[in-house]
Amino acid sequence: MADEALFLLLHNEMVSGVYKSAEQGEVENGRCVTKLESMGFRVGQGLIERFTKDTARFKDELDIMKFICKDFWTTVFKKQIDNLRTNHQGIYVLQDNKFRLLIQLSAGKQYLEHASKYLAFTCGLIRGGLSNLGIKSIVTAEVSSMPACKFQVMIQKL
Amino acid sequence: MSRPAHKRPEYHKINKDLFVLTYGALVAQLCKDYEKDEDVNKYLDKMGYNIGTRLVEDFLARSCVRRCHSYSEIINIIAQVAFKMYLGITPSVTCHNSSRNEFSLILHKNPLAEFVEELPAGRSALCYCNLLCGIIRGALEMVHLAANVTFLQDRLKGDSVTEIGITFLKKLDEKKYRRKK
Repeated sequence: MADEALFLLLHNEMVSGVYKSAEQGEVENGRCVTKLESMGFRVGQGLIERFTKDTARFKDELDIMKFICKDFWTTVFKKQIDNLRTNHQGIYVLQDNKFRLLIQLSAGKQYLEHASKYLAFTCGLIRGGLSNLGIKSIVTAEVSSMPACKFQVMIQKL
Repeated sequence: MSRPAHKRPEYHKINKDLFVLTYGALVAQLCKDYEKDEDVNKYLDKMGYNIGTRLVEDFLARSCVRRCHSYSEIINIIAQVAFKMYLGITPSVTCHNSSRNEFSLILHKNPLAEFVEELPAGRSALCYCNLLCGIIRGALEMVHLAANVTFLQDRLKGDSVTEIGITFLKKLDEKKYRRKK
């Protein structure tokens, strides 16, 4: 085990470091999100390998999503996803009512505009984890009121 | 005024792999962004410095460490309390000189480099764990202890151990402390 303060501070520093070196503009912003998301992707791949090396094979897509919501989320963020919804056509919405990387920010609307910076890494985590379980996906996230957060997973047919 | 009750140590723990793999992804990204090893090292040190200035507040709030009266006492606290708290390891401590302001932390295990077998090709000057130097320097500076922190040995570069050298730059003002006692 390591201490969570180190990871939280490292994540914050990665976010501010990536955005500081960028200029204003839509293109640069997209590049920052991509950079953070791709780092998260790589970490998600590595983590899922270590978490699942002893587990039985998942029986279907929903089984995999349940694993992400329960075991994966608990290991990474120390709590389960609060709500999982799906339209049974490849779209899943994972809602975390107290997302760990947003708790440090004010619960009001003061920092709402910056909240999305702190979600890109975790989108990559989910996409990377799913990738190594055989699922190709697009993951986006949104915050309507802090610190609740929704991750939308759109599974792509191969 | 009573000291607030400490939460159980496990409360703060996360999966170590998350931190180690995140750090690895960061270093990989920096190697893509910068051509020179020197620039990557500098960036990791600066990032570590920013983390250290904040981490020391967390450390002082959670440990029962009081004011230290000698450099060797400070180094022992770094090795036995801080490294244990945040990385789960306890480095050994050695002192280098008679004026007792140059020390080494010897890491027999290095959790940050757990998944790294060797440095990538063309990156022989990369200090993979340079974040640690920045963290230590930033944390010490917040308690008014200017220090130089560098890697003297690195297992990733073929050495048998990983050694962090810490040189304190100012003498502790003993009179000032004596007066406040």
